Amino acid sequence: MPYPTDRKYTKEHEWITADGTIGITTYAQDSLGDIVFVDLPKVGAEISAGKTFGTVESVKAVSDLYAPASGTVTAVNGELATAPEKVNKDAHGSWMVKIALKNPAELDSLLSAADYEKFVSEEAGH
Amino acid sequence: MGAKMVEFNGWDMPVEYPASIGCGIINEHMAVRTGVGIFDVSHMGDIGLVGPEALNAVQHISMNDASRLAVGQAQYSALLYPQGTFVDDVIVHRLADDEYFLVINAGTREKDFGWVRDNTRYFNCCLQHRSDDFTQIAIQGPKAINLLQKLTDADLSKLKFYWVTRGTVCGLKDILIARTGYTAEDGFEIYIPPAEEISTRVWQEILAAGKEFGVVPCGLGARNTLRLEGKLPLYGHEISDSISVWEAGLDRFCKMEKPDFLGKPALERTKAEGMKKTLVGLEMVERGIARDGYKVLGEDAREIGYVTSGSPAPFLKKNIALAYVPPQHAAIGSTVLVEIRGQGVKAQVVPTPFYKRPKKA
Repeated sequence: MPYPTDRKYTKEHEWITADGTIGITTYAQDSLGDIVFVDLPKVGAEISAGKTFGTVESVKAVSDLYAPASGTVTAVNGELATAPEKVNKDAHGSWMVKIALKNPAELDSLLSAADYEKFVSEEAGH
Repeated sequence: MGAKMVEFNGWDMPVEYPASIGCGIINEHMAVRTGVGIFDVSHMGDIGLVGPEALNAVQHISMNDASRLAVGQAQYSALLYPQGTFVDDVIVHRLADDEYFLVINAGTREKDFGWVRDNTRYFNCCLQHRSDDFTQIAIQGPKAINLLQKLTDADLSKLKFYWVTRGTVCGLKDILIARTGYTAEDGFEIYIPPAEEISTRVWQEILAAGKEFGVVPCGLGARNTLRLEGKLPLYGHEISDSISVWEAGLDRFCKMEKPDFLGKPALERTKAEGMKKTLVGLEMVERGIARDGYKVLGEDAREIGYVTSGSPAPFLKKNIALAYVPPQHAAIGSTVLVEIRGQGVKAQVVPTPFYKRPKKA
């Protein structure tokens, strides 16, 4: 499974780019199954690294979204309110929120694409 | 098959099969509504009651009237505690003049067996714990009959809903075939020998024979959404040892005119007293999904009840739920709130079942 190298990853299965665009990974969408609901913060909301900032629901389960970094929400992908299944089709292309990074150095401690790939292969047990 | 597995009452069960083979809960659900899907439901338990007083024993422990069953007929019923609440819900099959076969839930099978044993010991009949005698496969959906007919010599067109017969299936002789299921759709359940190589072969043969009908393997996830659309109760959710027959709205399966059965005196009493809560169907009006255990609030935001089962409904494309609320909030069209992550989200009481399969022309 190729993970784009233009971004960083968390062990909670979110990705973030250097300009503060956030989404969830292909591995996350595959584990969740059919995504039917995405609950995101409003523009202007403050989110903090490691804390929940929203919810994603599949038919079967409710999962929290954890912020990879701290910042102020500058944009929300409104398309996901009516077409949450886009996350299943293209998790790495379906961003959820964009934030103005409070401290860009927070990204340094996140996983690279290669490290994340290694992490999920261990989590999946193969 | 690369399915996502989960432990369910001590069984490793598939929740859903992978999207790479055309599955996932939504696809599995839709296959059963529009074509055919198959489920491994071997976790279900089975109890046999055989002997001269088998009917009397069944009549004593279950709320429906088993004396109305012809040989080869089945009925939905329940085992009740003396207070009129649920030990379990069951399907009672009459296999022969003096032979009854009860299909019970996985999570309650040891409890059920002990309870049936204790309450039938004064009847002249033999009790059999048959849970490990079968692999049970459910073939469900409008095309289930076309699929299964390819693999059996039994004439399925003559087998009515909630009837049972025997036939050769995939070369295996004398297999029990019931026209039953838990999907609110037409379908069959077959009971085959449990040996792994036989079960695997039959499963593969069903998948191969069903290819032309677009058959998909289905997991517990779709089983739950299908039964929820049809308002079929799930033990521990809509029914339990603290919920009565009246509250669960299962009156039509409870035959109070029957001379005697466990729970009857309490049910007579509680019927006269009236109910404190009743099961209703909810449809979310505002954006949000009600889930099992969420609180139900009145319009004044006071807690009035709780959700027993809630989910997106893949076929109806709505977010639905079953919930217990006081009778004064149960009228169709009433507005209630479901508390989702601290917010009251509007829902409406709607008629149930949410889904009813179309009648054949």
